[in-house]
Amino acid sequence: MEKVYSVPSTKHEVVGGFCPGCLHGVVVKLVCEVQEELGILDRTVCVVGVGCCCITARHWKCDVMNAPHGRAPAVATGLKRMAPKDTVVYTYQGDGDLAAIGLSEIMYAANRGENFTVIFVNNSTYGMTGGQMAPTTLVGMKATTAPFGRKAEDVGYPLHMCEILNQLGAPTYLARVSCDSSPNVIKTKAAIKKAFQNQIDGKGFSLVEIMSACPTNWGLSPLDSIKFMREKTMVEFPLGVYRDR
Amino acid sequence: MERKFMKGCEAVAEAAVRAGCRFFAGYPITPQNEVPEYFARRLPEVGGQFVQGESEVASINMVMGAASAGVKAMTSSSSPGVSLKAEGVSQAANGSLPLVVANFMRGGPGGGSIQPAQSDYWQATKAMGNGGYKLIVVSPGTLQEAVDLTYKAFELAERDRNPVMILADGCIGAMMEPVTLPEMKSDEQLEKEKQARKNWLVNGFKHREIGPVNIDLWGGRTSMLAMEAIAAGEKPGPRGLEESNRVSGELYERWAKEDTMVELYKMEDAEYVITGYGTAGRVAKSAVDALRAEGVKVGLIRPIIVFPFPYDAYKALDPKKIKFILDVEMAIPGQMVEDVKFAIQDRIPIHQFGRSGGNIVGREEIIAAFKAL
Repeated sequence: MEKVYSVPSTKHEVVGGFCPGCLHGVVVKLVCEVQEELGILDRTVCVVGVGCCCITARHWKCDVMNAPHGRAPAVATGLKRMAPKDTVVYTYQGDGDLAAIGLSEIMYAANRGENFTVIFVNNSTYGMTGGQMAPTTLVGMKATTAPFGRKAEDVGYPLHMCEILNQLGAPTYLARVSCDSSPNVIKTKAAIKKAFQNQIDGKGFSLVEIMSACPTNWGLSPLDSIKFMREKTMVEFPLGVYRDR
Repeated sequence: MERKFMKGCEAVAEAAVRAGCRFFAGYPITPQNEVPEYFARRLPEVGGQFVQGESEVASINMVMGAASAGVKAMTSSSSPGVSLKAEGVSQAANGSLPLVVANFMRGGPGGGSIQPAQSDYWQATKAMGNGGYKLIVVSPGTLQEAVDLTYKAFELAERDRNPVMILADGCIGAMMEPVTLPEMKSDEQLEKEKQARKNWLVNGFKHREIGPVNIDLWGGRTSMLAMEAIAAGEKPGPRGLEESNRVSGELYERWAKEDTMVELYKMEDAEYVITGYGTAGRVAKSAVDALRAEGVKVGLIRPIIVFPFPYDAYKALDPKKIKFILDVEMAIPGQMVEDVKFAIQDRIPIHQFGRSGGNIVGREEIIAAFKAL
């Protein structure tokens, strides 16, 4: 019988490490599939951020470098510029890592038009540390550090990274996609592939923001989390291609 | 050998380029702005890259990225900026990345002043960042030493796969002196050196002799050793963070035995000792000469590498011969004096004279402090 589906050869076969219903696992699989299809595994480096995103480190078969919290785009800058010309570099970051502590690093890497790929997973919370308020937490949404819900008059509004980065001149590709449904997973993979292909073609900075769920810290079942994404987070963060040059 | 009249910051940068530095990232801060400025125009000439980081934090992380690609890399700053780099230096020490960090110290604490000081001895030698790690810390007293120690810093970083710190003060960065520049390492030589370390680089496994690395190999310094062992057909040793820290600890002990560097000046018949490092040590040397001209039997102990600290130079002092030690620093309270006390252990009286807040210690005031004792 023909084998039509398997774990990508570009991924270590290890136990996930993610909570049930978390979509990080889907994103990891998609990135690995893209690496397999592009045939770039042996010349690729992942710079992982800190948070749940660093759980992915055990999955990548490509080279992996751990950056301090939020600094992955800076590490990737030095690495990409000085590594052999055909090296493919991507950062894998969550929303706390990229949009809070690492906001400066991502803004400037994007503004310099660094030729690497950013995989940015947005689940509106700090997952690993236990559900604290993230820069992407919705107004009114409860978090362990916003027990009465996020109050805009106190802590402001969620940061929309694609829209913010779209103000800059240099970025090549900015897209927000989601892993809530099969059709969207297919679109997510296409966006990831484009973001890697752009780098291979020397076109510059590409970022894919991927909407995800955190059932554990949202206090919802995996299926209710998907519903919450469709009704709430994906409304606050509209999907779409914000920049494609 | 080329001899040139150069400014300290530029001499350090040129020595770095000649040692093979091909990547520099830094952020403007007085009194070391001539370092990034020099690299910005010099690195493109030798096929290197300069990036003005958006912050000190970003700069050290860029340098880490370059180092993991196998390129000799450096960043530079001054006191408050070095505090910001501590996060990255700690990460680099854990990841066993060779890189060089220069600190042209200014007055502190906090933003302090922009004038020269020796305010960061404790920071550099005791706890540069979180986690408990050490760096070799070189501390030049002349521009020639700054050049030679910068060149050496890159070799030490490579040898140990550990960050090295150049602890200079603002004086060293700002003043001009004639220097003899070291030989420029050739591209062939640099490529050869890079090939020697290819088995632990993180720039795509096709450049190594071993393929994909899984998480079982991870754990700070031991990951690198394990990758090299596998490439050499050997069984990798124990791994993990604790083992990594143990291996690092052994490295620091070796430094104490093999890497101390200290100037002993007019110590043979000395009855008094003045001690200091960097610019304070240099001014103290001229105070020793002036006192000797008056017939006072005084000598100088000037640590050139301040970590590992040259404890033996002090332990060797004979309490029957030496009446007291005067420690001179551009820091109040004195910082290095604690290491001197640790070495002497009450065997000889130790006095301390310091200036701070951006004031450079003067020869006459050292002599006055000495005579007051």
